Amino acid sequence: MSADQLTQHLASGSCHLFDAGCGFPAPGLNEFQFNPIFTVAGVGFNKPMLLSMVAALLVIVFFWVAFAKPKVLPGKLQLVGEIGYDFVKRSIVLDTIGKKGEKYVPMIVSMFFFVWIMNIMSVIPFAQFPVTAVIAYPAGLAGLVWITYMTLTFKKHGFVGGLKNLCWPSGIPGWVMFILVPIEFFSNIFVRPFTLAVRAFANMFAGHLLIVMFSIASWYLLSPSIGALYASTSFAVTLGLTAFELLVQFLQAYIFVMLASSYIAGALEEAH
Amino acid sequence: MLLTHIAAASEDFNPLIPKTPELIIGLICFFVVFGLLGKKLLPSIEKVLAERRDQIEGGMERAEAAQAEAQALLEQYRAELSEARHEAARITEHSREQGAALIVEMREEGQRQREAIVAAGHAQIEADKKQATAALRQDVGSLASQLASRIVGESLEDSARQSGVIDRFLDDLEAKAAVAQGASK
Repeated sequence: MSADQLTQHLASGSCHLFDAGCGFPAPGLNEFQFNPIFTVAGVGFNKPMLLSMVAALLVIVFFWVAFAKPKVLPGKLQLVGEIGYDFVKRSIVLDTIGKKGEKYVPMIVSMFFFVWIMNIMSVIPFAQFPVTAVIAYPAGLAGLVWITYMTLTFKKHGFVGGLKNLCWPSGIPGWVMFILVPIEFFSNIFVRPFTLAVRAFANMFAGHLLIVMFSIASWYLLSPSIGALYASTSFAVTLGLTAFELLVQFLQAYIFVMLASSYIAGALEEAH
Repeated sequence: MLLTHIAAASEDFNPLIPKTPELIIGLICFFVVFGLLGKKLLPSIEKVLAERRDQIEGGMERAEAAQAEAQALLEQYRAELSEARHEAARITEHSREQGAALIVEMREEGQRQREAIVAAGHAQIEADKKQATAALRQDVGSLASQLASRIVGESLEDSARQSGVIDRFLDDLEAKAAVAQGASK
């Protein structure tokens, strides 16, 4: 059963607690599988794809309206845009990388707002799905970060210097290097991009699953009995979780670009 | 029935394996965002931010200059004011001195005039006295002569005058009077 089918199933509202033969329709992986809205050349175009485009569009439209005709005395929207831009620029990029980070500001700013809006799709009515809960989206961006990280490392330090930068920590006694160098090598080159993608994905995945679980439960538990109490509790939890998810959505976007910045900073670091 | 559907769906679905079409769409979306923001929107806002910073700094510089000018003007006014006060004090002092000098001068002038008047009075009196004395002497001489001629019976008038007897007598009288006057004083 796909997410759409489940929604249909729930919308029919046939199944409640205490009804004979009615188990709890627990959400699972099916929540993250979507039937294609339409298919082009054998490739299905599904809801997360649509939402990622909507997210990109929202970011573009917002910054277009805010920044396309900027004024020295900013309007309200420009001011909001400036605050957001300044936040990412100063407290993430320049704080992490320093003055050399100026070049990477546009990339990190775009990444932050794109990821954040994709995450926020989770609580927007009718969208109600965090795009980043599909691994392909954070994985693509993490891949980009990884390519940037590697390119900068080897461009700055050369091949040997780059390798040294990646796996030769300074100020460590020689014999520890036997253990540390492979770990550093593995960690920096393979684990980093993987964790970067999985962290964002798993947080959004779990958050979405929780919200869906309690939403379904609210409906399932609703019946003219003690179930009404269970249902209202479940509903209250849903609301609380939604508020919590709003925070997590922001935090995950923040952490994603923060780590990306720190990788870039590591690549640009002087050889030691 | 529900459970079998989920199980069936889960078998060929690994949430950790990215699907190529989604990967591509996600990257395209990001690059569109990145392209527009990086090439157009962020540079344009950066320009405005720099402009604003310049204006604020320029405004502050202008304000500082104006303040410095005001400060200088204030100093100048203060200096002028103190100078004016000094000048006024000087003028007051000067006029006071001048007034005092004038009073002294007037007083001296008055004194002098008084002395002149007194001296003139004295001279006048002296002259009058001399004239009166001379007249008196003449009268006394002639009276004495007449008296003597009456007593003696002959005119002594001319010979007495010629001999200066009368004058000598009168001088003696005067000397005695002067001595008496000096003693009474």
